[in-house]
Amino acid sequence: MTPKSANVGVVIVSHSPLVAQGAADMVRQMVGDCVPLAWSGGNAEGGLGTHAAGILAAIEEAWSDAGVAVFVDLGGAETNSEMAIEMLGEPRSGRVIICDAPLVEGAVMAAAEASGGAALARVVATAEELSP
Amino acid sequence: MPSNAALIGGLIDVCREAIAANADHLSELDRAIGDGDHGTNMRRGCEAVYAERSRLAGLPLPKAVEEIGLTLVMSVGGAAGPLYGTLLIEIGRQMAGLSEQAEFPRAFERAIGAVARRGRAQAGDKTLLDVLYPVHAEVVRRAGLAGIAEEAERAASLTFGMKAMRGRASFLGDRSIGHIDPGAKSCALLTAAICRFLEEQCLA
Repeated sequence: MTPKSANVGVVIVSHSPLVAQGAADMVRQMVGDCVPLAWSGGNAEGGLGTHAAGILAAIEEAWSDAGVAVFVDLGGAETNSEMAIEMLGEPRSGRVIICDAPLVEGAVMAAAEASGGAALARVVATAEELSP
Repeated sequence: MPSNAALIGGLIDVCREAIAANADHLSELDRAIGDGDHGTNMRRGCEAVYAERSRLAGLPLPKAVEEIGLTLVMSVGGAAGPLYGTLLIEIGRQMAGLSEQAEFPRAFERAIGAVARRGRAQAGDKTLLDVLYPVHAEVVRRAGLAGIAEEAERAASLTFGMKAMRGRASFLGDRSIGHIDPGAKSCALLTAAICRFLEEQCLA
């Protein structure tokens, strides 16, 4: 196992490709390469929206045996993320959690926690502390 | 009744046609209370299913329905992809376990339940569930195909007076009242197209 995959992965899902990529860039700059990270933004045609196939690909890309924390913006992003997680199939689907946290702040906090080798539950809890 | 392949192929065709003919109208409804892309998204999904038509037509019906659902999930996007996808995937899986056709209403009910859980929505929230539940009720009471189609259209029009509780439209609060829900409308269009097709096949 490479050192990279030992840490919890982070996936960012937004209706906007620019928002998703921008948030991912921000995470990358703050925590470096030690956290598996991927994003999915926009619909299948590259317009605004979300789609399960893209999210599934992002989860695969950021996959870590330690688990993956997913950050979403609006409703459809959450529904499509749930669908993508189910499509991963057991047992991997059980190791992916959609965080109830703000997209940008949540992803940064989660990645910072993950970079220290924290377990998935700890990473998710840290991000969710940001929610009122 | 038509052969299995003709049935599957025919259903794919009539659903694609119904969405293509109404895609602009669906997007217009969605512009009022959502993202404005419901028609475009549904058309993309139907085209993706159509592209797989010959392969799907070669499958047993339950498997074909499940795979159509998976194709919709991967191609429609938005919230409609997972919702319609969940509906068809579950109908297909439930149908696979049926020992006789009379058990279909129960399979349909379970699939609708899966959609409600997926969207965390219930009756009256101004979603496609507000068409699915009445359609199910008609199926249970063994209404004719024409009656089911009519009820679907009526149910969709009733979402006009509802306040959206889920999805993008819910952000509008009271301002969502006075618009037909685009998901309910597409659901009614598809139901009507399917009923018309089945009626023609039974009469043929």
